[in-house]
Amino acid sequence: MPVITVREALRQALHELMQDERVFIIGEDIGHYGSTYGVTAGFLEQYGAERIRDAPIAEAGIVGLAIGAALVGMRPIAEIMSVNFSLLAFDQLINHAAKIYSMFGGQMHVPMVLRTTNGWTQLSATHSQSFDVMFAHVPGLKVVAPATPYDMKGLLRASVADPDPVIFIEHTLMYTVKGEVPDEPYEVPIGRSALVREGRHATVVTYSRMVHLSLQAAEVLSREGIEVEIVDLRTLRPLDMSLAIESFKRTGRGVVVTEDWQSFGTSAEIAARLYEYGFDYLDAPITRVNFREVPMPYSKNLELKTVITVDRIANAIRDALK
Amino acid sequence: MTQDTAQPVAAVGDAPRPPDGTDPALLMELYRQMVLIRRFEEKCQEMYTKAKIGGFLHLYIGEEATGVGAVSALREGDHIFTHYRDHGHAIARGLDINALMAELFGKVTGTGKGLGGSMHFADASKQFWGGYALVGCHLLLAVGTALGDTMQRKPGVTMVFFGDGATNGGEFYEALNFAQLWKLPVVFVCENNLYAMGTPLEVHSSVTEIYRKAAAFDMRAERVDGNDVLVMREAALRAVDHARSGQGPVLLEAMTYRFRGHSAQDVQKYRSKEDVERRRSGDPIEVFRRQLLAWGVIAAADLRTLEHTIDDQVEAAVQFAEASDEPGVEWIRQSGVYAAAITVDPPIHGE
Repeated sequence: MPVITVREALRQALHELMQDERVFIIGEDIGHYGSTYGVTAGFLEQYGAERIRDAPIAEAGIVGLAIGAALVGMRPIAEIMSVNFSLLAFDQLINHAAKIYSMFGGQMHVPMVLRTTNGWTQLSATHSQSFDVMFAHVPGLKVVAPATPYDMKGLLRASVADPDPVIFIEHTLMYTVKGEVPDEPYEVPIGRSALVREGRHATVVTYSRMVHLSLQAAEVLSREGIEVEIVDLRTLRPLDMSLAIESFKRTGRGVVVTEDWQSFGTSAEIAARLYEYGFDYLDAPITRVNFREVPMPYSKNLELKTVITVDRIANAIRDALK
Repeated sequence: MTQDTAQPVAAVGDAPRPPDGTDPALLMELYRQMVLIRRFEEKCQEMYTKAKIGGFLHLYIGEEATGVGAVSALREGDHIFTHYRDHGHAIARGLDINALMAELFGKVTGTGKGLGGSMHFADASKQFWGGYALVGCHLLLAVGTALGDTMQRKPGVTMVFFGDGATNGGEFYEALNFAQLWKLPVVFVCENNLYAMGTPLEVHSSVTEIYRKAAAFDMRAERVDGNDVLVMREAALRAVDHARSGQGPVLLEAMTYRFRGHSAQDVQKYRSKEDVERRRSGDPIEVFRRQLLAWGVIAAADLRTLEHTIDDQVEAAVQFAEASDEPGVEWIRQSGVYAAAITVDPPIHGE
């Protein structure tokens, strides 16, 4: 099977999806600029300006237009360069995209996808955040945050095919991650977690870029005789905790790794479900690894102390085994 | 610059005859719709005081000529978006008043199965995409349907209603820019009733002639007397033609006035009783009624028959709503929130 990057996997999915005349892409700097992260580079030349729509820097507009176009039969893929900018579009996402199906009694639905990115690299406080929990909190949205090239391609296809609004979360530090991806089209179902490493001592529950760091931590610990099981949630809403709970029942020890602030974050919900459904199997308190709870500092030394590292994950796993 | 100069607000009621070529049946239909909206909403107020209707109730009373005139310029295949004061536009678009009253009663026979209420009337089969309750934010959805139509080579025009209070937020400017930038077939209808909820126009907007805001986008715009249903209709026809012909969007500023409070709870400290009374003396429905009689379009007896029929229809809508069932609990399960079946494992709330 060919080994390609996340970027290439997303490009493959988008090229396949563009074969459907209903699909178009609307977003910031996707065309003339050549695409910030290179995902849609060359698309403008190939598909034309009508379907590769360079939008004004107007996030509410990008999402609002996508919702409206979805109502009349299009399959819009809206792109917001950074999830930090999506704050400007939260009203459209939460008050419109998430509500239209239910609030109007199921008469209409909103088959749109918002592609956006988490990430950080000395971008300081307003460009290094993660709002996964704010999307995942809202009934009516679906939230997907894949980790591998295979899942990126399959879940993006599934997201565009889905009749409901999907927030598709990428990561700026993951575009060069490589993995096996079949050439042919396929879908990975939304709302299904995956077991990415087997082990018997502790269960790590995570998603997105943290899957890769957790795998590295597991390799380190393996040399110490600790075998960690890792579950990649892949989707945050609807949340599939079945594999994680099953694993936790075997190991009795849980570690949740999520790249966001700890308080009221995604790790809180994940840990709560482990406690609720695995209480009788609990051998130790569940530990969590998150961003330090501060606005992201610019200075490299402080930034590296704020973000999650392989060492921090490994230490949290060791703590869980005490 | 395609912007038209402001038209003086024409005095209503003094035209010696209907506009040339106006079909008497059309005049009667416009009158019927206006009266139906008025009587429907008077009944809503009554049902609200009887606690049959809950939540917010924003009445359109006084503004009927704007909605009826504007919507009459649309045809099948066109789209409507509106705001939380949505009863008038829904009725003008021909939504079933039984379903509308049932929606207000929170019944499953309502337009939104009783999940939306007064602020969220919708009927997808009539491309009436709904009432939206975040001020100005739905303008972007309207630009989106126009984009979707354009990309699918469909001839539809999207008409979107909003108040003067919606023209200060960023979404208004984003919507106008997108629509003009991409020459999309949108007719923006600003219902300028002089108050953003309870804040007077001159207190909330640096420019009080709202139509002039379109100048920033080089967009065609016109200010019209929204209290004259025929003037409103003519302006809307011009705007719809312009939009449909691919020349881009139009902003219409319809000057109108809300006779009732912002919502049923509003004590209206921001305007005097005298102001409201003076405005009521120029009630657009009464003025139009006198015109129809003066023009000899219809006999007084026939008007009364029509009005009685409407009263009966409204009463029947109440009976229908009363007799209808409440929505079932399937709407508060996860399956009621998504168009595609989802599995949450383990399930939320033990579903």
